[in-house]
Amino acid sequence: MVERTPILNFFTHVILFAGFVFCVAPFVIVAIAASHNLKDVNDVPMSLLPGSDFWVNIKTAWTTADLGPKLFNSFVMAAGVAAGKVIISALTAFSIVYFRYPGRMLIFWLIFVTLMLPLEVRIVPTYAVVANVLSPYQAIMDVTGISWLIEKISGVQVSLSLGLLNSYTGLIMPLIATATGTFLYRQFFLTVPDELTEAARMDGAGALRFFVDILLPLSRNNMAALGTIMFLWAWNQYVWPLLITTDQSHATAVTELKQLIPNVGGAPEWHIAMAGTLIVMLPPLIVVVLMQRWFVRGLIATEK
Amino acid sequence: MASITIRDVRKSYAKMQVVHGVNLDIRSGEFVVILGPSGCGKSTLLRMIAGLEEISDGTIAIDGAVVNRLEPRERGCAMVFQNYALYPHMSVAQNIGYSLKVAGVPAAERTQRIQAVARILELEHLLDRKPMALSGGQRQRVAMGRAMIREPKVFLFDEPLSNLDAKLRVQMRSEIRKLHRRLNATSVFVTHDQVEAMTLADRLVVMNGGCVEQVGTPAEVYSRPASRFVATFVGAPAMNMLEGTVALDGVSLLGGSRKLNVSRAGLPVGSKVAVGVRPEAVRMVAPGTPGALDATVDLVEELGAGRVVYVDLDGASFSVVTSETVHPEPGSAVGLQFAESDLHFFSSETGGRLDVFKASVPEAAL
Ligand SMILES: Nc1ncnc2c1ncn2[C@@H]1O[C@H](COP(=O)(O)OP(=O)(O)OP(=O)(O)O)[C@@H](O)[C@H]1O
Ligand SMILES: [Mg+2]
Repeated sequence: MVERTPILNFFTHVILFAGFVFCVAPFVIVAIAASHNLKDVNDVPMSLLPGSDFWVNIKTAWTTADLGPKLFNSFVMAAGVAAGKVIISALTAFSIVYFRYPGRMLIFWLIFVTLMLPLEVRIVPTYAVVANVLSPYQAIMDVTGISWLIEKISGVQVSLSLGLLNSYTGLIMPLIATATGTFLYRQFFLTVPDELTEAARMDGAGALRFFVDILLPLSRNNMAALGTIMFLWAWNQYVWPLLITTDQSHATAVTELKQLIPNVGGAPEWHIAMAGTLIVMLPPLIVVVLMQRWFVRGLIATEK
Repeated sequence: MASITIRDVRKSYAKMQVVHGVNLDIRSGEFVVILGPSGCGKSTLLRMIAGLEEISDGTIAIDGAVVNRLEPRERGCAMVFQNYALYPHMSVAQNIGYSLKVAGVPAAERTQRIQAVARILELEHLLDRKPMALSGGQRQRVAMGRAMIREPKVFLFDEPLSNLDAKLRVQMRSEIRKLHRRLNATSVFVTHDQVEAMTLADRLVVMNGGCVEQVGTPAEVYSRPASRFVATFVGAPAMNMLEGTVALDGVSLLGGSRKLNVSRAGLPVGSKVAVGVRPEAVRMVAPGTPGALDATVDLVEELGAGRVVYVDLDGASFSVVTSETVHPEPGSAVGLQFAESDLHFFSSETGGRLDVFKASVPEAAL
């Protein structure tokens, strides 16, 4: 029920405004801090009037942390994760909703279980696998005695090795393998009327054709929503990139921010750290602004 | 143009059988309407013809070739769905042309055929719109166009008019009829609306509880219903049914309180029958007229052209359609009269039609 009285209107706006201030205040403080010089930023309390060194600080942060390539790495990772998620989730949900095959429920529950095992929980085995993608196969062959057999017969010792540390693939792949997107799609696919599926069958469209021509266009909003969420999520990842990028060339912007945080004993250059933070915050902000229209639609409503 | 042959077709979901051995021959170019109450398995039968539902047992052949194992697209059927099932993200033209696109028809030919279909259905000015921006009747026409453009051997309709308002339904009904006359394609039309069924059908298939009760022209089904179910299901208001017992000199009705003087040739005395008479076949006469049944008027419904009079016959409700200028008052007494040839008899046990009475008349005349 939507009531409209002037008093109620007034109060709802007050609440809305309070919430807005509450959310935005930290960002304003970050921006103000980023505009001070070393002395002003360390004043207690810090002046809330903006200083004049904003661009200088931004430039310093950019060069100190070498943010150019790092932002690029972050972007590749976040975009890769978002795209991978959107594709994998759509495919798995399509399979679960539209096909009846043996073991379907088992697969469904296996996917579901990944919801309860986020990356942080399984980070050690995941690291081991990424360090050598073939290690599980090696283990299976060792345990079953196949590698022993091969060695006996051919004299070749089997040792499979394919490392993904310090690579984009290693950064991206483990972040793709979770179930959230699959469930978002599944919920959406379940709302697509059966008649539409049947109409497509009558029109001669096979499963793949139906997926590409009908299902994907209809889930445009869902894709935008999922893509945006996953982009932000991947962009903000810290532990995983930190763990697998031992080499600077593949480090991401978020992990490199720590370069800007003053060390014990170093100069308290918080203005530079804040400037760096602002830079790193900017790309996700742009993505949200650009995707907002579809993003909201994908989350709240199913078109028709 | 194609004939459809349905032999002993059954459908079971898990343990439950919902279609019990249907046999049906649909001739090439015929417009067949499947009529039945909700849940009787009409849609299931239609969807088995379309290939959307697996056939549990029996065979369906189109033009003599068994299609049980064929995909919908290989059967040459087109279907119009109850909720239209238009693709919401495609324009009208794309909706209509989608099957051609899938089939790989070149764009130029596609456009040409879409235009041709749109012209027939008067959709030309709407081709660029999305389905969301169409009225119910227009969506219906797009759905028809989508079926037409493939020039299918068989048209299948699953209650395509049930979402339209009454006026539009009548209009679309005649358009479908016109279209059929023009294309002359074999059509199977499912509905639970008997007016729709009567007006559209070349032949009517009445279904009940997963079985076919009767197949015949609308006139045949109306005038010689094959079972008690068909008799009461087809026709509005429904046929009056009175329980009776065959006696020596006719049929005693309603536990013996009333008597019908009809010849009883063939039927053993004491057998239980249901006697049916259409409300349109009953004449109201003055109470006490010899041979008439006396009853009390309960309620009068004005129809404009005539009126339906509901009367009480010793507790049994009975309706009479009359166009005469008599205005019976509720509570007044009337006499009900009908010809023997207008009576229908059904077995109380099986519900099947008993033709002994009618058959006896011409025999006696010989
Ligand atoms: N997927 C299903 N699983 C189990 N039972 C089903 C399924 N689909 C239909 N039925 C049952 O089969 C019977 C026939 O269904 P059907 O849809 O053919 O009815 P209908 O005659 O078309 O009715 P309506 O006029 O309401 O559309 C119903 O009793 C229904 O409950
Ligand atoms: Mg139905």
